[in-house]
Amino acid sequence: MSGVRVLVGTRKGAFVLTSDGTRKEWDINGPFFGGWELFHVKGSPADSNRLYASQSSSWFGQIIQRSDDGGKTWFQPGTPPGEPTNGPDGTSKGESNKFVYDSSTETGQPLTTHQWYDGTQHPWEFKRVWHLEPALTDPDTIYAGVEDAAIFRSTDGGQTWQELPGLRSAKGHLWQPGAGGMCLHTILLDPGNPARIFVAISAAGTFRTEDGGKTWQPVNRGLKSPYELPDPTAEVGHCVHCIAKHPSRPNVLFMQKHWDVMRSDDAGESWHEISGDLPSDFGFPIAVHTHEPETIYVVPIKSDSEHYPPEGKLRVYRSRTGGNEWEGLTKGLPQQNCYVNILRDAMTVDSLEPCGIYVGTTGGQVYVSADSGDSWMPIVRDLPPVLSVEVQALP
Amino acid sequence: MSTIRVILPGHLRTLARIDGEVNLEVEGQVTQHSVLNALESRYPMLRGTIRDQVTQQRRPFIRFFACGQDLSHEPPDAPLPDTITTGEEPFLIVGAMAGG
Repeated sequence: MSGVRVLVGTRKGAFVLTSDGTRKEWDINGPFFGGWELFHVKGSPADSNRLYASQSSSWFGQIIQRSDDGGKTWFQPGTPPGEPTNGPDGTSKGESNKFVYDSSTETGQPLTTHQWYDGTQHPWEFKRVWHLEPALTDPDTIYAGVEDAAIFRSTDGGQTWQELPGLRSAKGHLWQPGAGGMCLHTILLDPGNPARIFVAISAAGTFRTEDGGKTWQPVNRGLKSPYELPDPTAEVGHCVHCIAKHPSRPNVLFMQKHWDVMRSDDAGESWHEISGDLPSDFGFPIAVHTHEPETIYVVPIKSDSEHYPPEGKLRVYRSRTGGNEWEGLTKGLPQQNCYVNILRDAMTVDSLEPCGIYVGTTGGQVYVSADSGDSWMPIVRDLPPVLSVEVQALP
Repeated sequence: MSTIRVILPGHLRTLARIDGEVNLEVEGQVTQHSVLNALESRYPMLRGTIRDQVTQQRRPFIRFFACGQDLSHEPPDAPLPDTITTGEEPFLIVGAMAGG
């Protein structure tokens, strides 16, 4: 490996951070798309030069950007300027920012509705793309997790998007937005089984398909949400913040729930708690070590009403036993007066040896550990609030 | 055929990769609808940023100004003022104030 490229999405643009394999000296490039919210930037595992970015704004809506040269230049996949924007049948061509929920041909209305704050049913309304997940083997295929919660797929490099509507049939009428919005924020693909996908949705839970996205089932048995749900063990409605798995363990999942860190050893059929001796089991991201499937990382946050670390100390916690026994990693991280948060897509691992861990904070810092978490250093300190961090190993 | 001057907010000029005003040739009656159709035809990357791609409704934080007036709530198929049609005045597409 010649180095790494870290893709950072922030409230006010995207940044690309690069280093050699030592991960000590860094070049900072950006902002790209300055002034826009970049919820997620991610590279294709099949082509390291192919990057996708979700760019959004309260004013101008959702934009999808793509780079074919590793982030040097970007463009919106779609109709080139000057070409007709209507297809041969007269209907408008799909542009890269056109996310339209699957609709009934009879009514033209969204197929389903979801629970609204006042107890009524409410139609799905597209707001933004939270998460982009490029396919493992084809750079032109990519999945998007969106708010209001749904999953879309593009097979033409992000130019057009089609919903996989079966997901909303998985008791979607019972889903209800939480304070952060009803977003689909995690998509896990399985390198050994392309038909299997896991997704996680805030305030709805975790779902699995075994047929490439046609049909889905909730996989939330064992989750308990006594302070968030009237039925603490309901089939859907749990506020899952993030899920992660190791590529070599298709049935082992780890979850950071609103409260509780959880584990499943049977592809989500059942979950059990592994919070163990964490100082708090509230948090947002969770990650698995690239080379050690039983080594996992979380960032404890004091509570759901105080989104900052306990005692003002930023500590990444590592378990080398697949949960329950945790050690705080502090060397190089601020251990006083620190009140930042690490959001759900803002922790990731690289594939180098030793494994590198990266976290981005709402205070604009991006930290790296090049030794599996033993010690940390800031790559950059004063970015806008960090929404997402992804990393690519460069050949 | 009318030549309409359109001024876009900075972020949309960046998306469309243009500087300054846009001059659009609009056939038939000059309305918000026909001006936006011509704009989106010339710059497809702006589709969905000013109005919804399906419903064609103006996005909530977008405003249309012309001749010192806010035309945002006018019917999208209503004729725009003559001074827009003649090119004396530009049609402004504006991002609403954020407040705060």
